Amino acid sequence: MKLLAIETATEACSVALYLDGEVREVFRLAPREHARLVLGMADGLLAEAAVNPAQLDAVAFGRGPGAFTGVRIATSVVQGIAFATELPVVPVSTLAALAQGGCREFGWQRIATAIDARMDEVYWGAYACVDGLVQTQQEERVCPAGEVPLLEGEGWHGVGSGWNAYEDELKGRLDSAVIDSCGDCLPHAQDVARLAVAAFDRGEAVSAEKALPIYLRDQVVHRPAAK
Amino acid sequence: MLILGIETSCDETGVALYDGERGLLGHTLYSQVAMHAEYGGVVPELASRDHVQKLLPLISEVLAQAGVTRAEIDGVAYTAGPGLIGALLVGASVGRSLAWAWGVPAIGVHHMEGHLLAPMLEENPPVFPFVALLVSGGHTMLVKVEGVGRYEILGESLDDAAGEAFDKTAKMLGLGYPGGPVLARLAESGDPEAYRFPRPMTDRPGLDFSFSGLKTFTLTTWQQSTQTEQDKANVARAFQDAVVDTLAIKCKRALEKTGLKRLVIAGGVSANKGLRERLSKMGGELGAEVYYPRPEFCTDNGAMIAYAGHLRLQAGQHEELAFTATPRWPLETLPAI
Repeated sequence: MKLLAIETATEACSVALYLDGEVREVFRLAPREHARLVLGMADGLLAEAAVNPAQLDAVAFGRGPGAFTGVRIATSVVQGIAFATELPVVPVSTLAALAQGGCREFGWQRIATAIDARMDEVYWGAYACVDGLVQTQQEERVCPAGEVPLLEGEGWHGVGSGWNAYEDELKGRLDSAVIDSCGDCLPHAQDVARLAVAAFDRGEAVSAEKALPIYLRDQVVHRPAAK
Repeated sequence: MLILGIETSCDETGVALYDGERGLLGHTLYSQVAMHAEYGGVVPELASRDHVQKLLPLISEVLAQAGVTRAEIDGVAYTAGPGLIGALLVGASVGRSLAWAWGVPAIGVHHMEGHLLAPMLEENPPVFPFVALLVSGGHTMLVKVEGVGRYEILGESLDDAAGEAFDKTAKMLGLGYPGGPVLARLAESGDPEAYRFPRPMTDRPGLDFSFSGLKTFTLTTWQQSTQTEQDKANVARAFQDAVVDTLAIKCKRALEKTGLKRLVIAGGVSANKGLRERLSKMGGELGAEVYYPRPEFCTDNGAMIAYAGHLRLQAGQHEELAFTATPRWPLETLPAI
């Protein structure tokens, strides 16, 4: 299985190549530089592994939620690659990838993800790490930081920029359920890749045309009052 | 060379295939205008969201229309600016990535260069050098064109673009959004003798434009009228005549100043019937040829991007893997080929 994964929904820009169980990744903290970086990263990884795009089995991407433009860059780049090569695409939740990072890096078992969505809101999700892969515990949503759904049980860890931006609101709301958090943690393409391989095996790949962003925040403009 | 062209700079998703030997092989366009009409103007975030959904299906459609397979494509051209940054990035990301995965070169095209070369897609195309009037919702400029990438701006609008003035005036007259074409139709039933509006900046030398004051003049005239339907048509007629006349006066000056005998009119407003008639008449008087794209290539489209991209790719120009979108991009900074 050869899979290329792209994640550009936050200040981080990363690309990973999954090659039969091994994952290589290039990761850079580079706000607003994603368009300049992403294809060069992909090209470098493939060249190093002596793989060309047509030899891949699938392409994966962090389909959001996150910064709208960033989410669209990953989506559009993957649409282009997959359309050109007629490869299947695996969309992966950016929140799930973020949780997967907490599971991989710290061995955390119960992970609450919060990405700063501005306007006092967070993109929110809750996950359990089972056999090294995260599973969804609460459906992802965008909501005010002080109104996130309560977590069941104890021993939760927070991951994502929302835990820096709204630490007081989140901890006030969730009380003792959360032990610790990593507000500087960012989603990685290598975690998109790991989740994508599992999703691919479950038959969750789609065609390039159906590789679309999930913004969660869909009210982006107020309709003018009817006259 | 067979080039895929992609246009996503504003509220229209355009795709086309242009071949150096066989010409234009296919083109299609999806307009978001109905979606934005509800808000009285283009909502950039909604525009970007729509491009992401529409672009690949439109590419498939054009390939099928032209009977071309993916493997036959030799290069990809996409609009890299000027325009809405988020909207541009969709086309640039898809376009650059398609080219990378196919192993063919890609080129980021200047949207206005696309417009001013659009008449080249017609039978009997203009030859260089010529004067071009680019007139759309976003731009009003006179350009001396000596070759591809050899552009000298002779004059431009200091405030509203002509198309913008049409749309804003239409809105003030209660003609909806985008009301420019509605205003133009209404003007046809207006009495040309009812009012005479000023021709802004024609009483002094120079080739710059200003349409903001004319818009205000139109509103005042409308408010002081008895506001019947005929008054509305008369006001629309007076407004259109003033814009058309101003553009014609400046085009004439530009031809006289440069000594050139060819005038190209491009951009959305170049579809305006009144403007075409007036400029053809002026051209006849000066012994100058006037060239227009077909109406569907006056507004934003993928064909002009495929064509401009073809010229530049064939000249050996191409983008690196780092792609960019440039919302503000002076036309004069383009390299010559």
